[in-house]
Amino acid sequence: MPLPRLDPTRQQALSVSIATGAYGLSFGALSVAAGLDVWQTMALSLLVFSGGSQFAFVGVLGAGGTAAAAVATSTFLGIRNGFYGVALAEFMRPLRGLRLAWGAQVTIDESTAVALAQPHDRPDARRVGFWWTGVGVFVLWNAITVLGAVLGQQIGDPADWGLDAAAAAAFLGLVWPRLASRRAQAVAAISAVVALALTPLLPAGVPILVAALVGVAAGWQAAPVEEVPE
Amino acid sequence: MSAYAWTWIAIIAAGLLAWLTKLAGHTVPERFVENPRVHRIAAFVTVALLVSLAAVQTFTSDAALAFDSRVAAIAVAAILLWRRAPFLVVVVAAAATAAGLRALGWG
Repeated sequence: MPLPRLDPTRQQALSVSIATGAYGLSFGALSVAAGLDVWQTMALSLLVFSGGSQFAFVGVLGAGGTAAAAVATSTFLGIRNGFYGVALAEFMRPLRGLRLAWGAQVTIDESTAVALAQPHDRPDARRVGFWWTGVGVFVLWNAITVLGAVLGQQIGDPADWGLDAAAAAAFLGLVWPRLASRRAQAVAAISAVVALALTPLLPAGVPILVAALVGVAAGWQAAPVEEVPE
Repeated sequence: MSAYAWTWIAIIAAGLLAWLTKLAGHTVPERFVENPRVHRIAAFVTVALLVSLAAVQTFTSDAALAFDSRVAAIAVAAILLWRRAPFLVVVVAAAATAAGLRALGWG
């Protein structure tokens, strides 16, 4: 996308914001399909603001899971965002007051990736990358979530439109870039089998949390750095 | 309390916990989270959760294993991801596959 008057960092930030914001459409529609209303869907995008956690939250509720299981799954999936703040510390600290509160809220996969993609010796460009991407995704993700939720309300049975399959594809799309290593692929295969095997036996949402233990076990053992997903 | 009210409480709790997690990353001493084991566990738990969410969403209905048009849809999604298609294209193609098969009467 040509944005001639912006420097490369800001161009990158805006491209990522548009691409990420666009799939707020699928989140909005899926959330309504899972039984949440438009206000609840908007609140999730504003407050949780992390795609994976939001898809998981509505996925667990849509499958008949309890509110507690939805909160737990969403929170465990958001743990990686906590590590991003550490990775950003070198050029973001000190953050205080409102900048800290707001910077924390927009600390997600995309803002971290764009910030860290800027040259190491350009902390100013890294900060620009973080803020432009974080704020850009926040604005577009929330705006397009509303659109998706309103559209989702108009369409009748979500299964007729394949929205259940869309949710599955969304999870696969989110995990795909993390499956580069053999170890990650093994974790993926085992946790899928565990979750499916337990689904007939445990309440909805709980098999997914049990499958997370596969990730704990895999991470417990030492591994070469290149085997660990970003 | 109604299910609707519980959903609101869950949304606010999930939002607060998400924000506190992010905030912790910006405020804890860096030494504390540089532990490679903690980092590895967080990375692999993310993989395990996302994959099991995809698996349950594809292969189960009402707490039982199921094999229907969603399987074809996820296969289409996997091929598109392998071909490096954009996220939105992958999601829309999966929905279209399932919707198309259902319109033809194939589950």
